[in-house]
Amino acid sequence: MRVADRLEAEAKMTVHNLYIFDRNGNCLFYNEWNRKKQAGISKDEEFKLMYGMLFSIKSFVNKMSPLDMKEGFLSFQTSKYKLHFYETPTGLKFVLNTDLSVSNARDSLQHLYSNIYVEHVVKNPLVPEAQTLDSEIFCSKLDSFIKALPFYSPRAA
Amino acid sequence: MSRQSNRATDNKKMNSELFTLTYGALVTQLCKDYENDEEVNKQLDKMGYNIGVRLIEDFLARSSIGRCQDFRETADVIAKVAFKMYLGTTPSVTNWSPAGDEFSLILENNPLVDFVELPDNHSTLIYSNLLCGILRGALEMVQMAVDVRFAQDTLRGDNVTEIRMRFIKRIEENLPAGDE
Repeated sequence: MRVADRLEAEAKMTVHNLYIFDRNGNCLFYNEWNRKKQAGISKDEEFKLMYGMLFSIKSFVNKMSPLDMKEGFLSFQTSKYKLHFYETPTGLKFVLNTDLSVSNARDSLQHLYSNIYVEHVVKNPLVPEAQTLDSEIFCSKLDSFIKALPFYSPRAA
Repeated sequence: MSRQSNRATDNKKMNSELFTLTYGALVTQLCKDYENDEEVNKQLDKMGYNIGVRLIEDFLARSSIGRCQDFRETADVIAKVAFKMYLGTTPSVTNWSPAGDEFSLILENNPLVDFVELPDNHSTLIYSNLLCGILRGALEMVQMAVDVRFAQDTLRGDNVTEIRMRFIKRIEENLPAGDE
């Protein structure tokens, strides 16, 4: 890779958006950071489309696997973005879209689950179950966590 | 596991007597509020269930344990990791059914009952029934439907405390309706 290309790639490192789904497919949380193009459908439709796709990929990957596997589907990438998927044993799904230069976001998503979601949502008795998350503290913690990620770069916006 | 060290709640100790007495106060209040032991048992199970569905997330976040391969592994994790983490005791896993879908947790010591004696008029009270609810709620969240009940209880004159757990079925994940 030429130096100029590499510099360009680094400048482009970024986080596009994040979805959190509960076990029933409800989108608990959505936020976007550097997303330049919208899907052109309503957010509700977009969430359904995303969840349906994840559901299908998961079952496809499981059926086709030549070996027994534990974790299953982790990520996919297109020519423009990479989708990182992390599912807890309780069926919570974290979906993070980044640019292509982010090789692995698994630890970050795990951290997001155990140190932000569990701490500020599960342990907060005032946050009701199975609804859209509008806990202020959760949203602000999450926002600062995403912005502090090594691969978050607003320059690409 | 470095991830755990930056959790603010780690290593926070709680006085176990305060815990035991608080639980006692809770059960006492339930006995006052409800007419009969049956109803109290039911309420304890319900409360436990609601604790369990949240506690499982804390458990997974703290232990970083993934999905269990079979019910035997589940039993081991419950006894050796979960009970140890939350109650500071490690029950033994025994009395497996031949089909491998039922087992018992034998508790040598149950911290909930440290100062407890059941009065004669509460002979059918299942004092620690909260535990059954917690186990049921937590396992339901990881797609396992189980039946949990006390088979023996030292409070009722048995030699040991035994929680019997029976695997009912795996809860399959379904695509929500109308999601075409």
